[in-house]
Amino acid sequence: MKRRTALQLTAALIAAGTIAMPAMAQETLKIGAVGPKTGPLAGGAIVSYWPNVELWASDVNGRGGLDVGGTKYKIDIVEYDDQTNPGETIKAVQRLATQDKADFILPPYSTGLNLAAAPIFAQFGYPMVTSTATSDQIEELSEKFPNMFFTLGGAQAIATSTAEIMSAMRDNGDIGNRVAMVNVADAFGIELAEAARPVFKAAGFELVYDSSYPLGTQDLSPVVKAAKDANPDAFVAWSYPPDTFGLTEQAMIEGLDTKVFFTAVATSFPAYGERFGEAAEGILGVGGVNADGEAFKTYAARHLEVTGSKPDYWASAMVYSSFQILEKAIEATGSLDKAEVTDYIKNNAFETVIGTIDFDEHNNNTSFWTVGQWQGGVFKGVASTGREGAVAPALKASWK
Amino acid sequence: MDIIITGLLLGGTYALIAMGLNLQYGMARIMNLANGELLVVGGFAAFWLFKVGGVSPYLTIFIVAPLAFVANWLIYKIMLRPLVKRAKSRGKLEVDAILTTFGISFVAVGLMLAVFGGDYFNYSYLATPVHIFGATYGANRLSAFLAAVVICGALYLWLTFSRTGMAIRAISVAPDSARLVGIDVPKMAAIAFALGGAVTASGGSIVSTFLTLDASTGVMFTLKALVIVIMGGVGDVRGTIVAALLLGILETFVARVIDPGLTLSAAYLVFILILLFRPQGLFGRAQS
Repeated sequence: MKRRTALQLTAALIAAGTIAMPAMAQETLKIGAVGPKTGPLAGGAIVSYWPNVELWASDVNGRGGLDVGGTKYKIDIVEYDDQTNPGETIKAVQRLATQDKADFILPPYSTGLNLAAAPIFAQFGYPMVTSTATSDQIEELSEKFPNMFFTLGGAQAIATSTAEIMSAMRDNGDIGNRVAMVNVADAFGIELAEAARPVFKAAGFELVYDSSYPLGTQDLSPVVKAAKDANPDAFVAWSYPPDTFGLTEQAMIEGLDTKVFFTAVATSFPAYGERFGEAAEGILGVGGVNADGEAFKTYAARHLEVTGSKPDYWASAMVYSSFQILEKAIEATGSLDKAEVTDYIKNNAFETVIGTIDFDEHNNNTSFWTVGQWQGGVFKGVASTGREGAVAPALKASWK
Repeated sequence: MDIIITGLLLGGTYALIAMGLNLQYGMARIMNLANGELLVVGGFAAFWLFKVGGVSPYLTIFIVAPLAFVANWLIYKIMLRPLVKRAKSRGKLEVDAILTTFGISFVAVGLMLAVFGGDYFNYSYLATPVHIFGATYGANRLSAFLAAVVICGALYLWLTFSRTGMAIRAISVAPDSARLVGIDVPKMAAIAFALGGAVTASGGSIVSTFLTLDASTGVMFTLKALVIVIMGGVGDVRGTIVAALLLGILETFVARVIDPGLTLSAAYLVFILILLFRPQGLFGRAQS
């Protein structure tokens, strides 16, 4: 505490007393980052999470650092690999807080790991603007952990958007009401399938096939065959990255040729578009961005330039936006006081690469992308809860 | 019919995954927990050569297999041979080997992350439908099955009829007595271990034509291979093949007839039953 007060004093003195010598005394700010570099979720984190940590640090330091009350602080990132293990995430956050004495800590990756770390973030009072957690229990969570913020939305909204898109197509007479739905038997897949069942039913759809498969299933052909035998008009899979690829390939092989084809996580990855090329056209997936908007375009170009890889069309921009929120809150308050920064995040709106983010009374960002679709080699947002730039969804043509 | 063919195809994949471990564990007596990582390396080599040079994954085998053979031979000579030398009993060797190869698997994951990054990799190869008896199957899975038949068949014939093969079987059955009849046990064990590595890496090249892999998926394959090897009987090629096919058919049957969510439970239920009632595996010899 003393050191911080001293710093603030010095900063104030420099700001008030001297006119020349800006940015002479370089200070550094220690920022922690915890996420999977190994383990089952590493593949996703390496696309959506880690490049943004690098990009954000490079962007901020490129500008000369974070401006805290007149002093420029360079960012020094301390990274830990949590091996996709909640226990390790908790240990790493504790270590960052107690041993590394990190000034701020970036949120972890994925729903499960964020929930695991939430009590530790709360215990040490760090603001936690999550960017890769989807939950339908946001009200309870934010009450329990008042420093925790949500940006990526919940399963309910994603299921509702999917049902709305299909309903519009059915009302047009383009598809019937037979839906085949499968899900990966893991937190995300189960939550979405449970959310979707009543929503689809209420929209008048008939679930002609509804089944789950274990995480890491090596052969998805029985699943696709059974779905095809049910003769559906739409195929919806709440899937994880390896099975998103596997289901799509199997569907092409088996000739599961529905006009609505929906796969979940990783459909928005650039690798998906590269892998399936022309065949990806018209495939729906969870997520989306305003792909034609200037903000996203310049962000994507910088992402490619700095990290050497393309951002995905869903979580990437949200991850970067959550870092921006932290950055802007620190600069606006001119303080490194965690409570003060948290308070500022609660009460203000932020301009980010994804658009304006303004948290409601439950620390929830209520406007987010829910469904996107590959159109012209780009995964564009087709449905959201109040984001600008959605394009109209199209029917998928036959597999090429 | 459809279930049996789909099951056989999956079983072929499992045989490819497990055969290498059987050679390493059954013959060379090294429980290699870095087996899955080697499979991913083989898969990555196929991916890279396919992307860069358009090389067919089936040709990649001819590059990957000799390289993996040499690499595994060196690993055995440098890291595992000292363990074999100082081990007083088979149990002690097993514990040491598990710890060492567990360590190697971490190093391998780290190296792969550094070299290829942690991104998912996959590509489209022979992803075309083939019609058999009115049902459709992926051409890549079918060719993987044929490759599995060729590899396992060749291994079986070689182990049964060649002199080296017989020597390797001898060290598997009775390492101490094998020395008495003039078999160079350390050399044969090194060959068996290296060959197991070559088979695993080749299997990796083949399964990469239809599976999405990343640097951390290795452990999943190690587990599957372990289950199959133990089910089939340690040190018996036939046992591994039969167990792999049975598991493939069982999982497909459960997925089609009961529910895809129960495939893993069914597989492990059978595993437990075998452990309870036939702990030496389907084709294994009872331990004295």
